[in-house]
Amino acid sequence: MANFWQQVVSGLATGGIYASLALALVIVYRSTGVINFAQGEMATFATFLAWTFVDHGISFWPAFALTLAAAFAGGVALERVVIRPVQGRSVLTAVIVTIGLLILINGATQWIWGGAVRKFPSPFSTRPIHVGSAAFSIQDIGIVGVSVAAVALLTVLFRFTKVGLGLRAAAVNPDESRLVGVPVGWMLALGWGLASALGAVSGMMVAPIVFLDPNMMQGVLLYAFAAAVLGGLSSPVGAVVGGLSLGVFLNLLGTYWSTFSGDMRLVGGLAVILVVLLVRPAGLFGRPAVRRV
Amino acid sequence: MALLELQDVEARYGPIRALHGISIAVGEGEVVALLGANGAGKTTTLRAVSGTVRRSGRILFAGRSLERRSPEAVARAGIAHVPEGRGTFAELTVRENLRLGAWTRRGRLRAEQERVLRYFPALAERVGQPAGTLSGGEQQMLALGRALMARPRLLMLDEPSLGLAPLVVSGIFAILRRLNEEEGVSVLLVEQNATLALEAASTAYVLEVGRVALAGPADELRAHESVRRSYLGY
Repeated sequence: MANFWQQVVSGLATGGIYASLALALVIVYRSTGVINFAQGEMATFATFLAWTFVDHGISFWPAFALTLAAAFAGGVALERVVIRPVQGRSVLTAVIVTIGLLILINGATQWIWGGAVRKFPSPFSTRPIHVGSAAFSIQDIGIVGVSVAAVALLTVLFRFTKVGLGLRAAAVNPDESRLVGVPVGWMLALGWGLASALGAVSGMMVAPIVFLDPNMMQGVLLYAFAAAVLGGLSSPVGAVVGGLSLGVFLNLLGTYWSTFSGDMRLVGGLAVILVVLLVRPAGLFGRPAVRRV
Repeated sequence: MALLELQDVEARYGPIRALHGISIAVGEGEVVALLGANGAGKTTTLRAVSGTVRRSGRILFAGRSLERRSPEAVARAGIAHVPEGRGTFAELTVRENLRLGAWTRRGRLRAEQERVLRYFPALAERVGQPAGTLSGGEQQMLALGRALMARPRLLMLDEPSLGLAPLVVSGIFAILRRLNEEEGVSVLLVEQNATLALEAASTAYVLEVGRVALAGPADELRAHESVRRSYLGY
């Protein structure tokens, strides 16, 4: 039983990472109707930036904050420069643009930092703490904490501030939002910025575990997709619940059924996407898409 | 000088021209009605003012020209546009809808919200409820209330009676009259129900295929034979 709870906490840690990236996907999807395939690469780029800050002698948390600011600015800039021109075109156009971004940012990362695998510092000790017969790693608990804090901060922003209200209004009904004076264009850019910063959080949390390399987030992005689909693509709550439950589910699956450990976890993630799309396409919290004809 | 003045305004949806040079004016504190059949360009006229359709010509509001401004900028200038189908945010609560209405304003909005809700007691009991759960009449009231939160100088209403029961409609028009009298807000009203519109308005324009066919004081138009036959039905 001790092992079970250890695995649950460790699953929550990876789940928190999935949840952050899944929430980033959902924020962008809700506001611009685009699945941002480059979300993972943007996070990788940001994490490399954090590595550079730390490499230059800045300690972890200031580097973390600097990286969030840079990722936010980068996300806003990407929306303005790359996404805005294709806004209002077909969804396919936007999808292809984000896939192009994926390749471009991945290339830029390799070009700037090279393809080598690097060690990324962890702000948390890997020492375990013992509760009864179970041993939880401080790192896992720290990751859960950071993810929860990031999600909580965003929730406060979206629920209780004027900008958050504008963000939600612009996402559900851009035309009416313009009529009341909400600058919808900037709200979309702001959404991209927030998503980018949130992705950077997941990148900086996963890097100490998997080591930093230019393709680091590609697997994580797949799990984040699975989490977002599980929760219902348009539901922020769903993304978080989906991410956490996916993390725990895959971890337990790998623990008790050794076929699904290691790289075979990915298969588990893909299976979740497939099953959800077959059984309940709207996900756990999403609303089914209704098209008026 | 008129508060809002359109001079020779044209508007188009892609290649299709919907307005062929319209000139109308709304005076300070005045209620002006736009009448006309479906497709005459009433809605497009409102959209030309708020900038949600491509337009050309001169649009002057309080002496400033609007024809190049974005919808956001038009809202900031003091025009509240309540589109057809009410345009409330169904997923947001009544309170959030009202707060959005005051987007262009700063400062404490609590008092403002209470002031607005005095006109709509039915909404006051439902501030925490999602707008989508309101009845049609309540949603129309919410749309009006949201517009008022901006303290607009001009209120543009598109078919406020659409799909509502007669009793609800007369309630809404009664509120509209009070708003005009007590708050001094000018109103540009698009309304299918010509009888109601001509009662509420002091001036009216009749549009036909994107042009002003007839204009004048509401009393005169009411007595006008072709208006009577085409729009009033007697």
